Amino acid sequence: MNVRTILATKGTHVVTVRPEQTIREAVRLLVQHNIGALVVVNEAGQPVGIISERDIVRAAARYEDRDICTMRVEEIMTKDLITGTPQDDVHSVAHTMTERRIRHLPIMEGGKLAGIVSIGDVLKAQRDLYQGEVDTLQTQIMADKEE
Amino acid sequence: MSSIGTAERPLRVAVIGSGPAGFYTVEHLFRQDKYVVLVDMFERLPTPFGLVRYGVAPDHQKIKNVTRIYEKLAQRPEFRFFGNVEYGKHVTLEDLKRYYHQIVFATGTQGDRKLGIPGEDLKGFHSAREFVAWYNGHPDYTHLEFDLSKERVAVVGVGNVAVDVARILLKTREELEKTDIADYALEALANSNVREVYMLGRRGPAQAAFTPPEIKELGELADAEVVVRPEEAELDELSKKVLEEHPDKETLRKLEIIRQYVREMPTGTKRRVLYLRFLVSPVEAHANEAGEVDGLKLVKNELYMTEAGTLRPRPTDRYEEIPVQLVFRSIGYKGAPLPGLPFHERWGVIWNKKGRVIDPETDQPLTGLYCAGWIKRGATGVIGTNKPDALETVTCMLEDVEAGRVLDPEASEPEAAERLVRERQPDFVSFEDWKIIDRLEIERGKAVGRPRVKFTSVEEMLEALRREKAKAAVGS
Ligand SMILES: Cc1cc2nc3c(=O)[nH]c(=O)nc-3n(C[C@H](O)[C@H](O)[C@H](O)COP(=O)(O)OP(=O)(O)OC[C@H]3O[C@@H](n4cnc5c(N)ncnc54)[C@H](O)[C@@H]3O)c2cc1C
Ligand SMILES: NC(=O)c1ccc[n+]([C@@H]2O[C@H](COP(=O)([O-])OP(=O)(O)OC[C@H]3O[C@@H](n4cnc5c(N)ncnc54)[C@H](OP(=O)(O)O)[C@@H]3O)[C@@H](O)[C@H]2O)c1
Repeated sequence: MNVRTILATKGTHVVTVRPEQTIREAVRLLVQHNIGALVVVNEAGQPVGIISERDIVRAAARYEDRDICTMRVEEIMTKDLITGTPQDDVHSVAHTMTERRIRHLPIMEGGKLAGIVSIGDVLKAQRDLYQGEVDTLQTQIMADKEE
Repeated sequence: MSSIGTAERPLRVAVIGSGPAGFYTVEHLFRQDKYVVLVDMFERLPTPFGLVRYGVAPDHQKIKNVTRIYEKLAQRPEFRFFGNVEYGKHVTLEDLKRYYHQIVFATGTQGDRKLGIPGEDLKGFHSAREFVAWYNGHPDYTHLEFDLSKERVAVVGVGNVAVDVARILLKTREELEKTDIADYALEALANSNVREVYMLGRRGPAQAAFTPPEIKELGELADAEVVVRPEEAELDELSKKVLEEHPDKETLRKLEIIRQYVREMPTGTKRRVLYLRFLVSPVEAHANEAGEVDGLKLVKNELYMTEAGTLRPRPTDRYEEIPVQLVFRSIGYKGAPLPGLPFHERWGVIWNKKGRVIDPETDQPLTGLYCAGWIKRGATGVIGTNKPDALETVTCMLEDVEAGRVLDPEASEPEAAERLVRERQPDFVSFEDWKIIDRLEIERGKAVGRPRVKFTSVEEMLEALRREKAKAAVGS
């Protein structure tokens, strides 16, 4: 099973923010779309970072003496961005995300942003795969009883 | 006016497609007791159950028993089956919107992925999907021809479908006779000259998509043995490292089974050989003077790790040629667009979020339209995977009923929809009709010691139904 399977039922719309936008604007987007992270893209639409709720909370603690709402996204975003592709295996992505403590993975296809998967999506996909095996067996056992 | 989902004004749902996804959708709709739901299922074939009948291998009869659960659902008074009625041909989206509050598309996949290499369109280069549909007696595929006078065959891909195809090619008449394989396919396969099958994985054994029971079964064939080259069974450094860090049980089990097949040469005790190959990709199929496949050029691959941690193949500069005259590509099924619905071409799915069909331009749901199964998430997963998948869709459907986001049909009474079907397709097949076809097939099978002998054309099915109904009319 690959990442494409996850994206297929999520749509490819990704909420993005520009590096020069303010944290206030970023927070508004997070709340408005009820999501945990925004992909930061440059003028060309290329991802240059990611900014999550956690990045903002951490910044709030670190810059106690500043009004973080007026800071720019690029000042606090995570810059060493890891991206995936629709062809990545779900279980490899699960390992990578847990090991490197990444909660959101932007997905690139043909040089363009094609979606984003969260650790929750990845774990759910794995659970559904397992549940599928169980449900197949269960349906079969129930069917055998019908005989 | 009473609200939707009550006895006076039941929720009317149309389900398009009668495979596992369609039936699990029905199951979840009937399992809730908040709303009164009436379901009509439309199926383009006279026979229900989708790939359980026309995909699942004929020598895997036991798994086909899942249909008994679907049959039980179909017996409910709130359910009707309109077989031999095709969405897009007999009924359109506009039609359905006039009769139903919600419409669920569970139409599975009508196409497959292509390799995109030179020679793929040569005679003798086939898709596994077509071969599977042919040996299972799918009415749309009975006319296909596969030249089984050839001795060497390649199957590209190492998923469970590739295993099915290889196994069916390697079984003896005695093994196949016990199954419900189509009659013509039984004859063709029992008389085939096939001696060698090459199954080609582009990555290593640790990344193979097949599951342990399926690969184990290949080692239990009556007259065929499996051979894996020692150097290809050996794991590369990256795979070793990944497996050490994450000793996945299923992968370890697969590797253990594969190790039992390792040898330099076939032992020669069996008539046929399956060469299970890894880290190779076809790059070109060659042709003889007649324009038929004659040889497949392979490139040797090596693995590299992507940023996200996946081991992917990349070609080296080493090539080889295998002397095959037939090729089946088995690299995945793919959905085809349905009239009136937004379709994601590259992924082969209806645009959706959790089963709600969306408009890709606005990213917003299209009221009353849903999807489930392979047309929703792509061609992956076993029968049961469609159950949680359908649950996700049904959960969205019920939320939308609650919120009043449903279609506003002008004629939601069941009689109106039936009038439409009768007008557009007088030869529609009800579930009772299907049960007659089912009984006749099983009777035909009993006579020759097989689970069933399938009718393989729609005309044949309708004809048998007419005969049977005429008989019953005389009898009564
Ligand atoms: C070769 C093969 C072997 C498999 N073997 C196994 C196995 O052994 N065990 C296992 O657990 N899983 C197996 N699977 C997987 C399993 O078959 C799928 O997970 C499952 O069938 C997908 O369900 P679905 O309902 O989405 O699609 P389908 O089963 O394909 O059902 C779709 C239905 O919709 C109908 N339809 C399509 N278009 C229209 C239209 N326009 N109007 C009306 N009806 C339409 C089709 O005729 C079909 O009946 C196999 C798959 C394949 C391809
Ligand atoms: N007995 C059963 O339970 C049973 C039987 C049949 C099917 N099914 C299920 O049905 C689903 C579909 O099965 P499937 O076999 O069609 O799909 P699959 O499991 O996704 O396997 C596809 C195979 O094709 C390979 N492939 C893809 N693109 C390729 C390319 N360009 N070149 C070479 N190889 C390529 C894949 O390799 P990569 O991994 O490298 O991409 C993989 O080995 C699966 O979930 C399967 O488990 C189950």
